[in-house]
Amino acid sequence: MTRSRLFWGTIAPLAAILNSLLLVYLILKFRGVDPIEMFKLMASYGFDPRNLVSELNQTVAYYMAGVAAAIGFKMLLFNIGIDGQYRMGAFFGGVVGAAVNLPPILHVVVIIITAMLAGGLWAAIAGYLKVKRGVNEVISNIMLNFIAAAIIAFLLSPSLLGILPEGSQTLQTREIPASGRMPTIKAFEGEIYTFFFIALVVGVAYWVMLNKTVFGFNLRATGLSFRAARASGVNAPRMIFITTVLSGAIAGLVGIGTLLSDTHSYSMAFPAGYAFTGLSLALLGRNHPIGIFFAAFLWSFLERSAPVLEFEGVPPEIVIVMQGTIVLSIVVAYEVVARINLRQQQRAVGSVNVESPVAKEAN
Amino acid sequence: MADVLEVIGIEKKYPGVIANRNVSLHVAEGSIHSIIGENGAGKSTLMKILYGLVRPDAGHIKAFGKEVNLKSPQDAIQLGIGMVHQHFKLADNATVLENVILGSEPTRFGFVVKYDEARKKLQEIADNYGLDIDPDESLANLGVGERQRVEIAKVLFRGAKILILDEPTAVLVPQEVEELFANLRELVKKGLTVLFISHKLDEVLSIADDITIMRQGTTVASRKPKDTNKKELAELMVGGELPKPRAGALKVSEEKVLSFQGASYIRDDGRQILNDVNLDIHGGEILGLAGVEGNGQSELIELIMGLLKPSTGRVEVLGLDAATTLTKDIRNSGVAYIPQDRQRDGLLMTAPLWENRVLGHQFAEPLAKNIWVNKGAAVEDSKRVVEEFDVRTPGVNVLASALSGGNQQKFIVGRELSGDPKLIVAAQPTRGVDVGAQAIIWDHLMKARSAGAGVLLVSADLDELFSLSDRIAVIYNGSIVSVLNPSKTTPDALGLAMTGAKSA
Repeated sequence: MTRSRLFWGTIAPLAAILNSLLLVYLILKFRGVDPIEMFKLMASYGFDPRNLVSELNQTVAYYMAGVAAAIGFKMLLFNIGIDGQYRMGAFFGGVVGAAVNLPPILHVVVIIITAMLAGGLWAAIAGYLKVKRGVNEVISNIMLNFIAAAIIAFLLSPSLLGILPEGSQTLQTREIPASGRMPTIKAFEGEIYTFFFIALVVGVAYWVMLNKTVFGFNLRATGLSFRAARASGVNAPRMIFITTVLSGAIAGLVGIGTLLSDTHSYSMAFPAGYAFTGLSLALLGRNHPIGIFFAAFLWSFLERSAPVLEFEGVPPEIVIVMQGTIVLSIVVAYEVVARINLRQQQRAVGSVNVESPVAKEAN
Repeated sequence: MADVLEVIGIEKKYPGVIANRNVSLHVAEGSIHSIIGENGAGKSTLMKILYGLVRPDAGHIKAFGKEVNLKSPQDAIQLGIGMVHQHFKLADNATVLENVILGSEPTRFGFVVKYDEARKKLQEIADNYGLDIDPDESLANLGVGERQRVEIAKVLFRGAKILILDEPTAVLVPQEVEELFANLRELVKKGLTVLFISHKLDEVLSIADDITIMRQGTTVASRKPKDTNKKELAELMVGGELPKPRAGALKVSEEKVLSFQGASYIRDDGRQILNDVNLDIHGGEILGLAGVEGNGQSELIELIMGLLKPSTGRVEVLGLDAATTLTKDIRNSGVAYIPQDRQRDGLLMTAPLWENRVLGHQFAEPLAKNIWVNKGAAVEDSKRVVEEFDVRTPGVNVLASALSGGNQQKFIVGRELSGDPKLIVAAQPTRGVDVGAQAIIWDHLMKARSAGAGVLLVSADLDELFSLSDRIAVIYNGSIVSVLNPSKTTPDALGLAMTGAKSA
């Protein structure tokens, strides 16, 4: 039973990736370049140890976005607000981190908690609107993304919380002092963020919470059937609100690895677009912490190795085609797998109902 | 009379399962032929074969005297075999006429729909067979019984001579059943043939000319209604004797497990749903709440479970004020809830059975331990439920959606009766389940009563109300209109009271 679930759970993403490789193969072939050569080139560049380090660091950010999206998915929430929540988290983490003076470890803890609070509270607005006013969270979150970006841009003006370092064109927060920074691990001429380990802990905690605790049971039950959960005694609207806040809190951690181990300040240069990526990764990783990790790594790997294609005259955007087809294929593949599973189970149930000689032999 | 449809030795295997084997059926022209059997006995597979949805592995079908090979529903329709599905396949925002002709529109030049001609034809069919429908009525305005007539008209419009009706009465209230039966009698009088699938024995005995019984994928017997009785049919379906609910002496305790004290409920839109309800249930008794669906029963139940608050008055559940107590605390205090809509309110359809065992019991030991779900206990106890309530499943890791309706219901009842509840709220506990499952569920409800639990049995099934209830309260239009003693009243009187007529 569990073995077959693992089998089908693995076969679907592999099929999706193969399908996407096939499509890209055909596109490259059509352009007159040797696809196999291109794939080899990407692989040798992407698996180069120096590049692996930066891929790993990017994986951590993607991973947090994926886990944040997955929590929402479990509640049938489409948290497209990860972008705004991540910005709020990283910005206020940066501001508070630079403003306080604390002993080393405590300082980092305070920054992380601040980031989670900022992300969670920002998401709470969408949660409140959904539960109390019936506003679809997709609409409110898209709005909130814009509002978050605008508020931060406003607060980053030099007269308020921002500074413009000499020789720079980009506004940023004040630098976090050494006590509020996280160490890095030197490897292959690169530096791995130690926030990596915190991300792993978050992933494990997410899984344990969801699958082992009563709270997680209530969360999943509400996502599976609002009415059944309510009838069973779950305060379902409250559950939706809490889940939204939790998802936002984890989204608040997306930029923290970079903030604490690399830039030490939040700036306008922090990238956008984590919401769509996070949702894609949760889909690809099937809301499972290990699945999301592999998905996040795949995404970083593809993005990191894309520029090498440009040397061969192939537009690096081909990687976006690849990511897009993977996501499309995975949705189809999982649906197919779900149907096969249900049919298998119905058959198993049928063999109990109709106790015929053949059915018994088959068992 | 000649056989209009003959089925000989049909067999259908799915990998590991024989859905149909050695199925034989002889249907006389101009008759109503009932096929009965438990859930999972192979009725649906047989019907799908007759309608061309599934192809048999072996056997012959003869229709209208000729051997036929049905490859698709189109073949079946062409031959004159039509199917009226249990779940209507109608478009709400279209008219009756549009629904009827959809997919087989008479056209001019292949694209201009000849509405006038179609309307005339439909009107003829309606007049001819006594189907009371208005072609230009919008479907959204129609009730369940009328929708069913539209489905029947749809099949007749396509020229069907043999109609297959898949559990047509499951969705109807008693009055509508009578209307349907009148329609069916009219159809056979005009020479059509009706195949009627059901597991309600009373109905079958009253409407059918012939009855074929299926069990474990095969046809086991045929009977004429006049030569048989309910008991025999039930035993043929189950393949043995049914356990009978043992009434046992009434030992009503002093303790009120449920008390409605002048409770009213007014919906947000201002409609009065419940009006000054006064009702007490003591431990050790079963109170039947009779009523046609939609007379306030759902809201009454939600008031008990703390899902709604009364507008005025008070609802006391095991001494707690239901309006100010959380649903989970009501459940924890010893209230079992068997919801009317089992798939929406009672199950997580895409979760395994053992997780469904936890549902509603996740706030207390033994299925919860501090913040943790106790999976071991849940799996163990799910196995017990499966065993005790004869839930047909290969294991407790199976998704709830893979089980048939009757088995889902047995599992829910088993779950809710776990842990010796003091009050059991059972809404339509045996709707849509076969006689075997019904007997098991009734038996367990009686046992719970003997053990001192108070039971609120909300039902529209007179048989059920009379078999189980110690008292029967009748709800009509949000008010309790009478409380009857089942041993001193008749089904007719109760049926009358349910429709709001002043009597008794």
